[in-house]
Amino acid sequence: MSTFQIDFSSVNKKRIVGIDLGTTNSLIAFMDLTGPEVIPGADGSALLPSIVSLNDDGTFTTGAAARRLLIDRPDRTVYSVKRLMGRGVDDVRNELRLFPFHIAAGSEQVIRLQLGDRQLTPPEISAQVLRELKHRAEEFLGEEITQAVITVPAYFNDAQRQATKDAGRIAGLEVLRLVNEPTAASLAYGLDKRKDGVVAVYDLGGGTFDISILRLKEGIFEVLATNGDTHLGGDDIDNRMLSIALEDIATEWGEDVSTNGEAVQTIRQAVIEAKEKLSFVPTAALEIHYQGKQYLRELRRDLFEQLIKDIVDRTLGPCRQAMRDAGLQPEQIDEVVMVGGSTRIPLVRSAVETLFRAKPHTDLNPDEVVALGAAVQAAILSGDVQDKLLLDVTPLSLGIETMGGVVSKLIHRNSTIPASATEVFTTSVDGQQNVLIHVLQGERELVKDGRSLARFDLKDLAPVPAGMARIEVRFLIDANGILNVTARDLRSGKEQSVEVKPSYGLTDEQVEAMVLESFEKAEDDFQARQVREARVEADTIFSAVDKARSNDAWHTLDSEEQAAVDLALNELHMVYHGEDHLLIRDRIEKLDNTTRRLAENMMNTAVRAALKGTKV
Amino acid sequence: MSTEHNCWQCGTPDVASLFCRYCNSLQAPIPNYYEFFGLNCQLALNPDHLQKQFYQLSRLLHPDRYTRRSEQEKHYSLQASSILNDAYRVLRDPIRRSEYVLNQAGFEIGDPRNKEVPPELLEEVFELNMALDELRMGDTEVLPQLDEMRQHFLDMMAEMDGELESQFLTHDAQPDDEARRKVLTGIRAILNRRRYIRNLVDEVDKQLTARNA
Ligand SMILES: [Zn+2]
Repeated sequence: MSTFQIDFSSVNKKRIVGIDLGTTNSLIAFMDLTGPEVIPGADGSALLPSIVSLNDDGTFTTGAAARRLLIDRPDRTVYSVKRLMGRGVDDVRNELRLFPFHIAAGSEQVIRLQLGDRQLTPPEISAQVLRELKHRAEEFLGEEITQAVITVPAYFNDAQRQATKDAGRIAGLEVLRLVNEPTAASLAYGLDKRKDGVVAVYDLGGGTFDISILRLKEGIFEVLATNGDTHLGGDDIDNRMLSIALEDIATEWGEDVSTNGEAVQTIRQAVIEAKEKLSFVPTAALEIHYQGKQYLRELRRDLFEQLIKDIVDRTLGPCRQAMRDAGLQPEQIDEVVMVGGSTRIPLVRSAVETLFRAKPHTDLNPDEVVALGAAVQAAILSGDVQDKLLLDVTPLSLGIETMGGVVSKLIHRNSTIPASATEVFTTSVDGQQNVLIHVLQGERELVKDGRSLARFDLKDLAPVPAGMARIEVRFLIDANGILNVTARDLRSGKEQSVEVKPSYGLTDEQVEAMVLESFEKAEDDFQARQVREARVEADTIFSAVDKARSNDAWHTLDSEEQAAVDLALNELHMVYHGEDHLLIRDRIEKLDNTTRRLAENMMNTAVRAALKGTKV
Repeated sequence: MSTEHNCWQCGTPDVASLFCRYCNSLQAPIPNYYEFFGLNCQLALNPDHLQKQFYQLSRLLHPDRYTRRSEQEKHYSLQASSILNDAYRVLRDPIRRSEYVLNQAGFEIGDPRNKEVPPELLEEVFELNMALDELRMGDTEVLPQLDEMRQHFLDMMAEMDGELESQFLTHDAQPDDEARRKVLTGIRAILNRRRYIRNLVDEVDKQLTARNA
């Protein structure tokens, strides 16, 4: 079945997992011998709702268990945090109206959410989701997981990517690669389709929209163009329905509940349920009960589609732009692949079909395909999969501020990454010792319209007359889509130090502090759990041996054998309270070995007794 | 530019390719686009062959292939694949490719925003500016005329592209540098004219989209 060429020869390598860190749900997957597989949680579901709640004791509840807390403890519980990653408060002011989050002061460069008595940044909150996924994988695979591939929307900018990487670090994961969600999906899709051709991936998730157009050829997945909107997704549909419902309810109940977090969450969940039902049936009931009051409506699909049409239409512009950038007509696209839960909505499917003039592929589970693709990418990195390679692009142009507030583009959007550009800078004043370079991302021509990425300070320049300095600066976008800047003094040939001042996001020092803090708080790390589990196993064998000693079978052992059992028992007792789970397991095994004949004899006794019983 | 060096890993002398012939470790990449692709400095390139070469080199150099390797090789892989991608972007596009070759040969290339009108285009540019002025003042009757002029410019560009293509072959067939420089001078003149016309078309497009918005 599998079309993979998998090489598992180097068995002792550390495993790399693939993670889809989604707006609404997150998943973790790994590469099995037969292909990529998602890992289910204790509840049997692979989808971990991206909801995080701060408990009173400072620990966190995540996932389905936190969903209930959205209603019970709205002031300590957050969702859709992905929308806030790498953003300042001014970026999200509009949408925050319907997100009942409390933003703390000082959120210009990094948003700080007030949860109970703590202020947490989006990367710290996302890290809780990642930590939970890491646990799942460790439980499931029985090994410590420290390396991961994490997916991001293709249209994420530098700050949003960096924030995702920071979240991984805080969760104790080395993020070996950020891979774009639609590209990851194409990897999973390309598994059983060996056919070469041009594929468009339409990815409408909870909070983001991406379109990517790829050429598949002999195992190379070359992205030709990508476009999107990092603030467009199922959330917008939910919010549209929610605000209409709130207005209607205000009229019916004679009471505006839109500032009541608990009421808003109750209504929100009812609206989402109705929305999901409408993907499968033409009408659905919207039913809300809140503090003795009730609100009942029958929702028709055609009406629902009218209400959300403009949101769906907003995805079409980026699709057309991506086709233009790729230099392709709709007829030249062989397949369209649908990704993200929101592509279950029939209106979305028909809009895509009309635009691309082809029936979109919906045979893959749109919720899982990104995580599966991330696991394939992880296997590419580990060398287990060697016949596939992703060549992705940067979604946004990169430029620097020049005279008169004009942006000069250095690397154009849709350039294959890694991509680089080199510029030579000089000084304008005699003896000038530093040069500040302002880097922007996006397509706008004026600095005031663009989005600042960072300021790079070339420091400690050798003092020379104006215009004499020659500093060569190399801007390099790496395979994660993140900018690296290095500089060299062309006169001396020496490396030139560059200080980075990110415009949005955390500094390295801040992330480091969070990593340390999370380690202190992470009592429940892999080691501790291993020890706990080993002790549980030891307890089991203790009670089994205890029972056996009072069994007739005990006397079938000679005194030497009995002494050996007692010795092994004693040795396990001695390490039981230690912190070395390997040692505990080793002693468990020894005890197990010395009691093997005892167990057999007990079995025989039991069988004989049973056989006797049947004869009666 | 000499590209021979000693292998950073094992010291084997005179390594001239991407990988050391002795220990196979990745070397500091060559910055010249043609050398990187193992091509002679020719202007006529087969796009299919170039793509094939690009995919092959990507398989060898992409950072995904170096996750488990030394820091030094990771660093070289990042540098090498960025040069590879930059090189492919330039070489696959005939215009950028010829600009690159001109640049390497020491030719100055005209400022992309050069406003000096080539003499043979004076009349057409005058006419175009008149029409654009009228459009700005709200006269929509010039629209068909603008469309026609735009098409005329596009035809001129297509003609130049054909001219360039044959000049590329002429260039590649020359026996020595001096003869090649002569052809390059002619190519530069075509490129400058082409760039000027490209800017005119962009200007028309900008005005038209501004009107539609
Ligand atoms: Zn060597």
